[in-house]
Amino acid sequence: MQSIYLGIPLAPLAGAIVAGLFGRQIGRAGAHWAAIIGVGIAFVLSLIVFKHHIIDGAPDFNGNVYTWIESGVLHLGVGFLIDPLTCIMLVVVTFVSLMVHIYTIGYMHDDPGYQRFFSYIALFTFSMLMLVMANNFMQLFFGWEAVGLVSYLLIGFWFKRPSAVYANLKAFLVNRVGDFGFLLGIAAVALYFGSLDYATVFRAAPGVASETMPIMAGVEWNVITVTCILLFIGAMGKSAQVPLHVWLPDSMEGPTPISALIHAATMVTAGIFMVARMSPLFELSSTALSVVLVIGAITALFMGFLGLVQNDIKRVVAYSTLSQLGYMTVALGASAYAAGIFHLMTHAFFKALLFLGAGSVIIAMHHEQDMRKMGGLKKYMPITYWTALIGSLALIGFPFLSGFYSKDAIIEAVHHSTIAGSTFAYWAVLLGVFITALYSFRMFFMVFHGKERMDEHTREHLRESPAVVTVPLILLAIPSAIIGFLAVEPMLFGGYFGNAIKVSEPNVLAEIGKDFHGAAAFALHGMTQPPFMLAMAGVLAAWFFTLRRPDLADAIKTRFGLIYRILLDKYGFDRFNEIVFAGGGRKIGRILWRFGDMRLIDGLIVNGSARVVGWVAGIVRHVQTGYLYHYAFMMILGLLFFMTWLIMR
Amino acid sequence: MFEANLSLTIWIPVIGGLLILIAGDKWSRQLALLFSVATFVISIPLWTQFDSGTAAMQFVEKRPWVDTFNIYYHLGVDGFSMPLIVLTTFMTVIVVISAWEVIKKRPAQYMAAFLIMEGIMVGVFSALDAVLFYIFWEAMLIPMFLIIGIWGGPNRVYATIKFFLYTFLGSVLMLVALIYLYLKTGDTAAARSFSILDFHKLPLTLTEQIYIFLAFLLAFAVKVPMWPVHTWLPDAHVEAPTGGSVILAAIMLKIGGYGFLRFSLPITPDASRELDWLIILLSLVAVVYIGLVALVQKDMKKLIAYSSIAHMGFVTLGLFIAFAIFSNPEIAGQSARFKTAALGIEGAMVQMISHGFISGAMFLCVGVLYDRLHTREISAYGGVANVMPKFAMFMVLFAMANAGLPGTSGFVGEFMVIISSFSANIWYAFLAATTLVIGAAYTLWMVRRVLYGEVANDNVATLKDIGTREYFMLALLAIAVLLVGVWPAPITEVLHSSVNNLLQHIAVPKY
Repeated sequence: MQSIYLGIPLAPLAGAIVAGLFGRQIGRAGAHWAAIIGVGIAFVLSLIVFKHHIIDGAPDFNGNVYTWIESGVLHLGVGFLIDPLTCIMLVVVTFVSLMVHIYTIGYMHDDPGYQRFFSYIALFTFSMLMLVMANNFMQLFFGWEAVGLVSYLLIGFWFKRPSAVYANLKAFLVNRVGDFGFLLGIAAVALYFGSLDYATVFRAAPGVASETMPIMAGVEWNVITVTCILLFIGAMGKSAQVPLHVWLPDSMEGPTPISALIHAATMVTAGIFMVARMSPLFELSSTALSVVLVIGAITALFMGFLGLVQNDIKRVVAYSTLSQLGYMTVALGASAYAAGIFHLMTHAFFKALLFLGAGSVIIAMHHEQDMRKMGGLKKYMPITYWTALIGSLALIGFPFLSGFYSKDAIIEAVHHSTIAGSTFAYWAVLLGVFITALYSFRMFFMVFHGKERMDEHTREHLRESPAVVTVPLILLAIPSAIIGFLAVEPMLFGGYFGNAIKVSEPNVLAEIGKDFHGAAAFALHGMTQPPFMLAMAGVLAAWFFTLRRPDLADAIKTRFGLIYRILLDKYGFDRFNEIVFAGGGRKIGRILWRFGDMRLIDGLIVNGSARVVGWVAGIVRHVQTGYLYHYAFMMILGLLFFMTWLIMR
Repeated sequence: MFEANLSLTIWIPVIGGLLILIAGDKWSRQLALLFSVATFVISIPLWTQFDSGTAAMQFVEKRPWVDTFNIYYHLGVDGFSMPLIVLTTFMTVIVVISAWEVIKKRPAQYMAAFLIMEGIMVGVFSALDAVLFYIFWEAMLIPMFLIIGIWGGPNRVYATIKFFLYTFLGSVLMLVALIYLYLKTGDTAAARSFSILDFHKLPLTLTEQIYIFLAFLLAFAVKVPMWPVHTWLPDAHVEAPTGGSVILAAIMLKIGGYGFLRFSLPITPDASRELDWLIILLSLVAVVYIGLVALVQKDMKKLIAYSSIAHMGFVTLGLFIAFAIFSNPEIAGQSARFKTAALGIEGAMVQMISHGFISGAMFLCVGVLYDRLHTREISAYGGVANVMPKFAMFMVLFAMANAGLPGTSGFVGEFMVIISSFSANIWYAFLAATTLVIGAAYTLWMVRRVLYGEVANDNVATLKDIGTREYFMLALLAIAVLLVGVWPAPITEVLHSSVNNLLQHIAVPKY
């Protein structure tokens, strides 16, 4: 079995190397086959592992592969932890990745950087798999940074575009701010737990629970709280939680397949995965959980609002992703880790589907992304239309579809939660349901229904995308529809996660589980509940304002001009960062350089002392006149002094 | 293999350099390559036959030199010096390759200068006699002075004078300290010794130690360089030819860090403990202040020079964090303290090796561009990746390593030092970790402006991608950077004994 574990990340890595280094020799088809076969093998092996551990019930595996470094307190290496949490992530990551690989053949068909692209996404898959399979913080951080690197390379894939290279630098730096916290969190773990191995750390956690660390003279904070918050800062960067969310909308500059794979389905959920993995630590600090809960709730609601005013099809989906990541974070904060991971999984399917659907539309529209120039695409692109409908319904939580189960579980969990901030979080996620439905169907109606607003030339060329595009759509639509129905019982209430996730009392999911009588009953019951009503109201409102009375939407824009402008301005985060952090950093740097280095050190001290030496030398030089009698006179004078001194002492 | 491996590593390049001077320009390149590769090959057994189980000096050679003062030709290496020697011989090969077609003016003398300097630098790392060390230490300045002064840029005279005065003034007090230590080793001339290892054992009072520490500090701080005695470095780099910058950044700066390890820490441990706050403060200033200064540089070489200073801040931080850990009551038990302190010192060493590769590679990258367009201004470039895709691949890799990406060598040392300093004080780690953001910001912002975007102007449009020679030299460094990144264990393994020995030594007060 061990060689199978090893094969899962190595197969895509091999694909990446072949496609990357020998891209020119093997050609375009060779490159995509290399990458696809690599990821395909990883997918098949993941299924084998899933069967082995989940269906056949083999025990968890935790073992080391090789030692990276041994120094002082730390013994660091590469190792795998295969438990139910890993298994589910493996299957989700490799499946979505495989779909995206296939889709890419169609989407990037004419791009000169074809081989490079395949190399990158295969490399991404490798990094992501190393991240989820890690059995220690070190490897987690390696994977964490590696996915960030590939994300950087892929956002800037079209590096000629100024907006793309602006976006990738921004993404990397904002993520680095998160990593800054993450790394300090890891350092705290290393210091207080004496190890970076998950198992050792989790075993030691209860013992550390009451320890404090000195922050300043006289100020002591709980070790676990500080550690968890630092780790969560990392998650905030990667999973784009407010205020570190600013990079994700801009990341849409990258090609659409990677928006689906990296910036929706997998990489951005790494933070969620990480917090769920750390549940034995987070459970020991209700303060940290409250922070998680509130940040998640803010993201879920306020990022949803931003989706309402966007006209770029990809940006709407991006804000929807932000909002949904907020939902997952809320679940973590409410200690409903299983619900968070469940939503991560369903979201991976339906959001990848929506992005790839958006991509399919973009291909048909000749790379036009403005929804105001679309409309009525239903009759031209039936497969894209129907799959997008399934994806949108799943997203808004339509009963029996996957998103319903995961989102309802989260809302219920927050409802049952009693920690600080849970009331606010509950209202935020509830209102968020309405907003989600509103922006999702606003987009859906604007793209597929109503008047055809594109120009004549584009309209003539409108047609359904090729099979390499539509087949992945269909394959993603299937789990988007049914996975919730199938998985809700085992994952949330059936103890699927076993020891992988630890929840201390009160266990909100267990309480919800008392009223659970099967997936069908859950859905039927859901139809009488406020979230469903809110979602339907959202769809109705979207229909009314986009199709029935579009003029009213404009009226609202002018009526509530201030709010509209704030939303368009994205609450001013970007401007603030640009002025305060980017501008401020440069300004301070310039002052330090001009004043500190050039004026003070070089000007005053270095050149100053050189000038002093020169000045002294200039005076002393007069002594050396070159006249022999001057020197003779001086010698006699000196001799006199010397003799006087000898006699007088 | 040989009894005199160290001597060969020192003298083969020196003799080779002299032979090239005699032979003249015609075959100078081939001869230089031959000698540098031969030296590298001879230095490999230092690593492969190194016994990592002991902290004692290995490959020792000791012959009387000046009997009156008990000066010996005394060489030997331990876990600290050996990796630095191999780094030196490796980087010299790279420098010879980098100069191949580029240096048209007096190539024989250029090559000779680098080979002679290689021998001298190996001498610095392997000398165990203080006089021998000091001679190598000062001799090192001469070839570097010539390299900048002859093959340098337009403002080279200012830069060489500044470089020379800074480093020379720094080391004068060191000489005084060395003579003082010599006098302390015995009461009669016959009993006295210049052996550095004897210096380690000297019982010195705290006051004595502080004076000696400060004398050493000035010498080493200039070399590292530490803030505020760093301003010679950007000027020297800007004016130096590519090879000069590579050696300067990759090896010469390390001599400062090595000096702390060989002299300051073991000879004046108590003064180091008293003044650890000063070094830690200056190190953190280097990381944050210099990092911000790097952000606003318009000249690529200046930017990388400042980035070097910031990265060397991790070396001094890692070395002196041990003392802060010793005095931290939070950490229970001597063994726990030793372990976290060891992490810092080993991190500092790994950082030195890694920085050798990365800064060398970054300067070579700038050199590649400079050879083509004869400017280092960032604003003169833009969209280089369009015309030089292979080069762009390497430069992005090295930039990522410079930004400390895991999987590259740049991450390892910084990570170890940050974890170690967290144990001393959370705020040390906090300030040190800002490099994650600042380091990425200045490096990747430069990458964005130089490599990405549309082709900025007609000059950039004419650029030719790197040829086989340049590809080969960058690939060698890329392999080194990645290898240390994914498998740093070989470096830390040779360090363990020496580090433990050092910690045992400095944990006990001397007086």
